[in-house]
Amino acid sequence: MKWASRIGGVLAKELKQLSRDKLTFAMIAGIPIMQLLLFGYAINTDVRYLRAMVVDQAESNASRALVQAVSETQVVDFVATGTSPADIETALRRGDVVLGVLIPADVDRRLARRDRPAAQLLVDGADPTLLGVARQLTAMPAELDGVATTRPADLFETRAYYNPESRSAVNIVPGLLGVILTMTMVMFTAVSIVKENERGNLEFLINTPISNGELMLGKILPYVGVGLVQVTLLVAIGQALFNVPLHGSVVDLYLASLLFIAANLSLGLVISTLVSTQFQAMQGTFFFLLPSILLSGFMFPFDGMPKVAQWIAECLPMTHYLRLVRGIMLRDAALTELGQPAFALVLCLVFGLVLATMRFKKRLD
Amino acid sequence: MNEPAVISARGLSKHFGNVVAVDQLDLDVAAGKITGFLGPNGSGKSTTIRMLCGLLTPTTGTVDMLGRTIPIDAQAIKPLIGYMTQRFSLYGDLSVIENLNFVARVYSLPRREARARIAEIMERYWLTELTRQRVGTLSGGQRQRVALAAAVLHRPQLLLLDEPTSAVDPSSRRDFWETLFDLAADGTTILVSTHYMDEAERCHRLAILDRGRKVADGTPADLAAALPCRIVELLAPNPELTRESLAHQPIVASITQLGQRLRVLVPLDVADPVGRIRAALADETVGVSLVHPSLEDVFVAATELRDRLAA
Repeated sequence: MKWASRIGGVLAKELKQLSRDKLTFAMIAGIPIMQLLLFGYAINTDVRYLRAMVVDQAESNASRALVQAVSETQVVDFVATGTSPADIETALRRGDVVLGVLIPADVDRRLARRDRPAAQLLVDGADPTLLGVARQLTAMPAELDGVATTRPADLFETRAYYNPESRSAVNIVPGLLGVILTMTMVMFTAVSIVKENERGNLEFLINTPISNGELMLGKILPYVGVGLVQVTLLVAIGQALFNVPLHGSVVDLYLASLLFIAANLSLGLVISTLVSTQFQAMQGTFFFLLPSILLSGFMFPFDGMPKVAQWIAECLPMTHYLRLVRGIMLRDAALTELGQPAFALVLCLVFGLVLATMRFKKRLD
Repeated sequence: MNEPAVISARGLSKHFGNVVAVDQLDLDVAAGKITGFLGPNGSGKSTTIRMLCGLLTPTTGTVDMLGRTIPIDAQAIKPLIGYMTQRFSLYGDLSVIENLNFVARVYSLPRREARARIAEIMERYWLTELTRQRVGTLSGGQRQRVALAAAVLHRPQLLLLDEPTSAVDPSSRRDFWETLFDLAADGTTILVSTHYMDEAERCHRLAILDRGRKVADGTPADLAAALPCRIVELLAPNPELTRESLAHQPIVASITQLGQRLRVLVPLDVADPVGRIRAALADETVGVSLVHPSLEDVFVAATELRDRLAA
């Protein structure tokens, strides 16, 4: 059976090579496990513990009972209280909460009469999933004070902010900015540095007066331009074809994107120092891209994910960028109001640069 | 040595895990001379050159180069050094002129000076006709001329060449060495590694490396004179048979076959080597004579016979 011997020989060689290629080996096990865990845990249509603010203008027994009842559903987690509807609007715009419960001063009368909704839900409607959750609350049976009633009016009146028509494109397109920039920026840098090494160019470059920092800057700056072109394209096409708004300032959008591009490029550099071929660089990029897509809030609402997934997501630059870009584009938030995610991106950038510079020096040794 | 040393290395070693690639190497490279590094594959030539230019950190030892200490001051002397890598290391997807422009900018040559220098060097290395050609499409010899042009573009005082001619045909190799002599005549110090004997023979000085150690060092003539063997050349009608009959003679240190001829190395302490060899041969038609040692004999004695001759 000569053919069997030949095939067997190739098979054995392939397995041997595979077992020596640690990265591919890790991916064989790592990718399915990662996907399983992510899809199993993160993808949870029972959204729970949404960050919410309550504004109780009635301060009556009935209003407190209503807050209690909403809280007991576990759908929302009241993380803040305010005094006026404006407080809720500010918190929504800043991204501190995704939902507000506004109980008017005349809630007792409304509950007794039942001709109008008793209270208002103010929702960040950019994400249609959240809007669905709000509707769930609206349909909540009003068993307040132990009196079950059939209600001619809903318990809540829902007001969706930022995406009143509930079009998914409005939410997806800004998210797509994050996905595309992550994919291209991380991959381009990782591949372009590795290419120098793989083709032997680096050995020549290292011996010239050019410093590590200069070489890296020279290599990544063109891609910063590429990233900004991508942002422009996506925003323009999103607006033209899908009517995706740009409510906030264009300058803020570009600043936030620049920060994100820089953070991604620095992570691409880190990947480039960990791998030795262009193919491995691609693999490394996908290792990073996959959790970014699934956990950043692009596919599923961040607040609906379990704590562990949220912690992982907090380490991904894309999570913070989505907060920035959705805030700026959809909620007319200023970059200054979004200090926390902006700072997180700066941290990612510094972390990546330090790590890459430290590792890059040791290349040839 | 009379000339000031441009490179002076003492006790240089490099370990990769358990592997000792270079072992306690002392090396002096004289200014304005071509110093050759001769050694078989894996003898530590490339590793040494990489340590000298600061690409690798030595495990032990010190290097003094152009008056600076390596690798601490490696960055400071990079503008003074030209390096030609063993593997072609310019950009195949750029043209000749684009590559040279890039190199000029990396070395921060002023724009006007760079233009003049590139034009001059392209002419000197017969690259003018290839100006706009992608480097990836050039022949081995052309590519090597581009690499040399790139390495000397910034007029380095010291040129390190790591097996520069390994992918080049003999006539290009000859031309290449002519350009090296021109550079040396202009005062450039050159350290070149090779495993070709004819190239080694052209060097002003030679250091022979074997398994990470320097086993011989001097001018090619000195090395031949200091050979601890005499060379007996046999002209045999049936060299295979003759070789077999001599293989186990205790006085024979090594046999190299060159067509019909056999070069036999006999240790110096053996008296009358020609008579002893003739006596050992059954076939009387074999011509036996004493000849001058060649560099190859020096190399064989230094690398393969070191242990046996010492014993």
